[in-house]
Amino acid sequence: MRITVDGVQLAARPGDTLASALLRAGRRVLSQGIYTGRPRGLVSAGVEESNVFVQVLSGSGEPMVRATEIEAYDGLRVRTLAGKGLLPDEPDEARYDKTFAHTDVLVVGGGPAGLMAALAAGESGARVLLIDDQPRLGGRLLASRAIVDGLAVHDWVSSMRDRLQALPEVTVTSRTAVVGYYDHNYLVAVERRTDHLGSAAPATMARHRLWNIRAGQVVLATGAHERSIAFADNDRPGIMLAHSATAYAWRYGCRPGRRAVVFGAHDGALAAAVELADAGVEVAAVLDVRDVVGADFAAALARRGISVQTGATVSGTLADDDGVLRAVLTSAGETVAADLLAVSGGWNPAVELFSQSGGRTFWSEAAAGFVPDTAAQPTHCAGVLTGAVSLARVLSEGAGAGAEAARAAGLDVTEPATPSVEGELREEAAPAAYFCVDSAAEETVFVDLQRDATLHDIRRAVGAGLTSVEHIKRYTTIGTAADQGRGSGVLAVGVLAQLSGRSMAEIGTTTYRPPYTPISFALLAGRDRGRLADPERVTAIHDWHVEHGAVFEDVGQWKRPWFFPRPAESMDEAVRRECAAARTGVAMMDASTLGTIELQGADVGLLLDRLYTNVFSSLKIGSVRYGVMCGPDGMVIDDGTTARLAEDRWLMSTTTGNAAKILEWLEEWLQTEWPDLDVRCTSVTDQWSTVVLVGPRSRDTLEELAPELDCSVEGFPFMTVRQAAVAGIPARIMRVSFSGELAYEITVASWYALAVWEAVFAAGEITPYGTETMHVLRAEKGYPIVGQDTDGTVTPQDLGMGWIVSKKKPDFVGKRSFARADTSRSDRRQLVGVVPVDGRSRVAEGAQLVSHGAVLTQPPVAMHGHVTSSYHSVALGTPFALALLDAGASRHGEVLDAVDDGHATAVQVVSPVPYDPDGVRRDG
Amino acid sequence: MTWQLTPRLPAQPDFLWAEAEPKASYDVIIVGAGGHGLATAYYLAKNHGITNVAVLERGWLAGGNMARNTTIIRSNYLWDESAGIYEHALKLWEGLEADLDCEVAFSQRGVLNLAHSLGDVREGRRRVNANQLNGVDAEWLTPEDVQKIAPILNISTDVRYPVLGATFQPRAGIAKHDWVAWGYARAAHAMGVDLIQGCEVTGVLREGDRVVGVDTVSGPIRAGRVALAAAGHSSVITASLGLRLPLQSFPLQALVSELLEQVLDTVVMSNAVHVYVSQAHKGELVMGAGIDGYVGYGQRGSFPVIEHQMAAAIELFPIFARAHVLRTWGGIVDVSPDASPIVGLTPFEGLYVNCGWGTGGFKATPGIGWVFADTIANDRPHPLAQPFALARFADGALIDEHGAAAVAH
Repeated sequence: MRITVDGVQLAARPGDTLASALLRAGRRVLSQGIYTGRPRGLVSAGVEESNVFVQVLSGSGEPMVRATEIEAYDGLRVRTLAGKGLLPDEPDEARYDKTFAHTDVLVVGGGPAGLMAALAAGESGARVLLIDDQPRLGGRLLASRAIVDGLAVHDWVSSMRDRLQALPEVTVTSRTAVVGYYDHNYLVAVERRTDHLGSAAPATMARHRLWNIRAGQVVLATGAHERSIAFADNDRPGIMLAHSATAYAWRYGCRPGRRAVVFGAHDGALAAAVELADAGVEVAAVLDVRDVVGADFAAALARRGISVQTGATVSGTLADDDGVLRAVLTSAGETVAADLLAVSGGWNPAVELFSQSGGRTFWSEAAAGFVPDTAAQPTHCAGVLTGAVSLARVLSEGAGAGAEAARAAGLDVTEPATPSVEGELREEAAPAAYFCVDSAAEETVFVDLQRDATLHDIRRAVGAGLTSVEHIKRYTTIGTAADQGRGSGVLAVGVLAQLSGRSMAEIGTTTYRPPYTPISFALLAGRDRGRLADPERVTAIHDWHVEHGAVFEDVGQWKRPWFFPRPAESMDEAVRRECAAARTGVAMMDASTLGTIELQGADVGLLLDRLYTNVFSSLKIGSVRYGVMCGPDGMVIDDGTTARLAEDRWLMSTTTGNAAKILEWLEEWLQTEWPDLDVRCTSVTDQWSTVVLVGPRSRDTLEELAPELDCSVEGFPFMTVRQAAVAGIPARIMRVSFSGELAYEITVASWYALAVWEAVFAAGEITPYGTETMHVLRAEKGYPIVGQDTDGTVTPQDLGMGWIVSKKKPDFVGKRSFARADTSRSDRRQLVGVVPVDGRSRVAEGAQLVSHGAVLTQPPVAMHGHVTSSYHSVALGTPFALALLDAGASRHGEVLDAVDDGHATAVQVVSPVPYDPDGVRRDG
Repeated sequence: MTWQLTPRLPAQPDFLWAEAEPKASYDVIIVGAGGHGLATAYYLAKNHGITNVAVLERGWLAGGNMARNTTIIRSNYLWDESAGIYEHALKLWEGLEADLDCEVAFSQRGVLNLAHSLGDVREGRRRVNANQLNGVDAEWLTPEDVQKIAPILNISTDVRYPVLGATFQPRAGIAKHDWVAWGYARAAHAMGVDLIQGCEVTGVLREGDRVVGVDTVSGPIRAGRVALAAAGHSSVITASLGLRLPLQSFPLQALVSELLEQVLDTVVMSNAVHVYVSQAHKGELVMGAGIDGYVGYGQRGSFPVIEHQMAAAIELFPIFARAHVLRTWGGIVDVSPDASPIVGLTPFEGLYVNCGWGTGGFKATPGIGWVFADTIANDRPHPLAQPFALARFADGALIDEHGAAAVAH
């Protein structure tokens, strides 16, 4: 395979990561400090990497990824980075999916503990999901030479995989990282499906998939991350975590160096020295900060001719001309030539998910790490995560946790036998909690490599008076880089402990926050992109509107026809034509988007009495009533008509944008305050469609379409509802009007909507109109639109609708507020009409009303109100606007300035009902 | 390969503050060492010469909402009362570094509030007009103007909710929240204020209707005056007096991406699709999500809120598709019935409240510190605080910014 790094071609082998390919190719300097510019190279072989991040140029591209987490493929192209990522300009064409899983037991981690846990739970018959973030199961075993159940580890892992696959209720998912652990055992995982395939990736397959998992029980077998030790000049290429060095040697088959010094604080570092020696690396020195080391380990090294220097540390390093490690300075004063310095300060159990779940951690002296304490959720921890070191114990803990989880999930469990382990050195001496070799050159003692933050920075933070680890993190920026502080978090706590003489337990860690590894924005969005970013709602008649040239407006999620321009017609011209048709002839509108809620039950009238300001319980069957709804503060939140179709069956309409909110409002009151009421609420907005027929000639049209219906004024009075066939289709017809004209709302089941619409359209020269004309017609009648002429600060009285607020009802939502001193003022901001003094200028919606002649250049300028709606009125022949104005009801006739963008237009305050104030046109 | 060096951010002072042990009594105790509490202590000392002051903090200093917000600073509010307090704050922000003699990285890069519907346009223009008449800088921008300020913003008309325009406040911007808190803490400490961390207030000491101190986990501390600046937990404290504050507390989440080369030079907010984003000084994208639907004091939110927000963010900024969420967290926003703060006196003599800032508290920090200190020192509401009195929920003189042209945060 060929890969390209910074424009240079390199070879890679199957199974390589980008990092292992780079190391094999001898590439050492792969980045530099973001601020210091000091050369940097690989420090790890996995998720601990805190130096080498690259921008991926091939495939779908990535702005900033660890080189250790990229699987090499033929054609991979990357660019190395120095602390900051680069967002690709090209659009992201990849597909991202989401999937949902419910499982009895979720096992996180496919290492030895996780495999045993999955087997134990799976054999009980539980539904088990095993999730592992690596391409291959096995975890740390993949770099181990132990013999398990008489098998080499690779063979043992294969046998485990086969046993798991034979269990029908067990699912194993690789290349999937669990990144979030939320309440109620809800976990989120990211599956990388095609990144490793390069150009062979099937176009039909989503690149990444987000798993939403609800688990009965969770087994965390997340392992541990190796911790470094800070010392002078500890950032040179060639200085690497010890077990990453052995992983490169034994898992990837590339030698991390020729001559190594190993520096550690626990027996694991000595084990790594053995592995390096056996891989053909010359181990020139082994330094251990402890005075006592594990005898088995010392003996194993002695057999290889290597002695352990105890109580020894690294005091510094030397570099060659490229900045790459060439020698290690020891506390004994030696200078040891080496191109690899393998460091291991100990293990940091990977408690991130446990901590996210709400579990607390504690500092274990025995493990020299923060380990899980009591779980906050149904969580079971196993393996290295708990501080276990020996493989035998890890395996038995895994089996135990899996069995315990399955049992807790209600299954009978026979715990599988723990496999035998051979060839493992036994841990004998306690690890040291050792973090930092103090040095006068404290600005070269790096604690966070990505952030270029050093011992000097921590010392400054302490000197500044800071004690909380959260403050230290913020002052030094340690832990805030793209590696999410994995390499620096606990190390910084340790350095702080060493500097301040406080204990690890007292200092504690900063909070671990999701996600465990970064999640792309695109994956979070999933398929909710483009037109699916938010559902687009259209009526059953939508296609007709499109065919007839409608221009649309977004109203909430709905696409509503705004106006229907004829060829070469401007918006103004179209709206004038539409208005004229409605006022003088007949016009039609699609009103299907208005929210419709069907209310059933014996207590609907009572509920409506409590939620609307006026009385509904007295409404007769077959009648319709308009209502205004207020919040507890007395401010208008919605309006609409409600029809009583039967004794216990009502149909409420809401404004288009508020439908869902009002349904929630009804349910909130019903469920929390009045559960005793017999009312059921069902949204039926989508089930019914409504054609509005408007204009003095609308009766003629309806009579033609519904010959059986008595359409006379007496036979079909205003605010009543009838059932009749319209164009042969069963329909419900209401005589209501939002324009002041004679009007009918014809409602049919939505699958007949288009047929009825077309039949109405064909019945005569009927002009279709959109929301703009609807707005003009209603404004001429002074009918407010909730959300446009109101803004949550307007009472019904402010709208001139005091008549709709019942004085008789004992109570309704908002009633108490009408008695409050401010709410009952008579000089509140009130709805008025305004017309331009010059008779021509249309004022802008949103214009502020100020005193006529006010000097605008000397703020503050007192504002008296603002323009809420503004149109050219066909009926009046002039522009006309609605406004909210302080004490507006008593200021008709006054002249004010309407100010928009610094420009003033003189306007006169008039009645908000300029057209047909006596309502004579309502009956046609 | 040669890589570019990134310039370091300015260093913070060598000394910030020293931990203090609580004394038996103080002239003023401030409960809550967030931005508001610290700023109040600073202005009490600086403007009123009251330095026998303790700021008591349950956790670590400025570790609540001060550490969790998205640092947006603006004053382009609709109503006179809101514009008054926020513009007072913005003017103080403009001189804050000199005043505190400390870097707070206040960057006046402007804030865009996008309009996606005819209703948004109407309300945006209304707010711009109100701002201009109130002397607050504000402009209405066309989509083309918007793109000049934020070139990566998608202004094409074939997206789900096209950008129809925006309001722009050039003097708005961001700052580094920790540095702001530390700047106030340092200056207050230098004037003799005691900053006491890990000292949770568990109750209020009273003699009749007069408050005379607080009970804490470290024992009782007496005080001439007690000022609450504990956000949603203020109501927990007043509950011990039988005083119910009209507050609801909700989780509100925010997140950051990895550090990225500069792509966005301003702050973009879109209330309609719940996106607000800036690129912080270090290079990470800082984004806020919508408020969670359920009340609670848990500083963690629901994952689906973030998913929903990202869908909207990518629509507006296609280039963000491959950015990564590095870290998410939750704060607790305390929301009053009209979504405006509650500031001022209480029915108890010697007890003052400052809470209910919802999503808008950070930007107000200097302004409210100034005004609250004045209110405490003079035992009467500062004129800018007067409209925000608790009494408005009894008389109905609400200042409803969320129902009106308000945008969150």
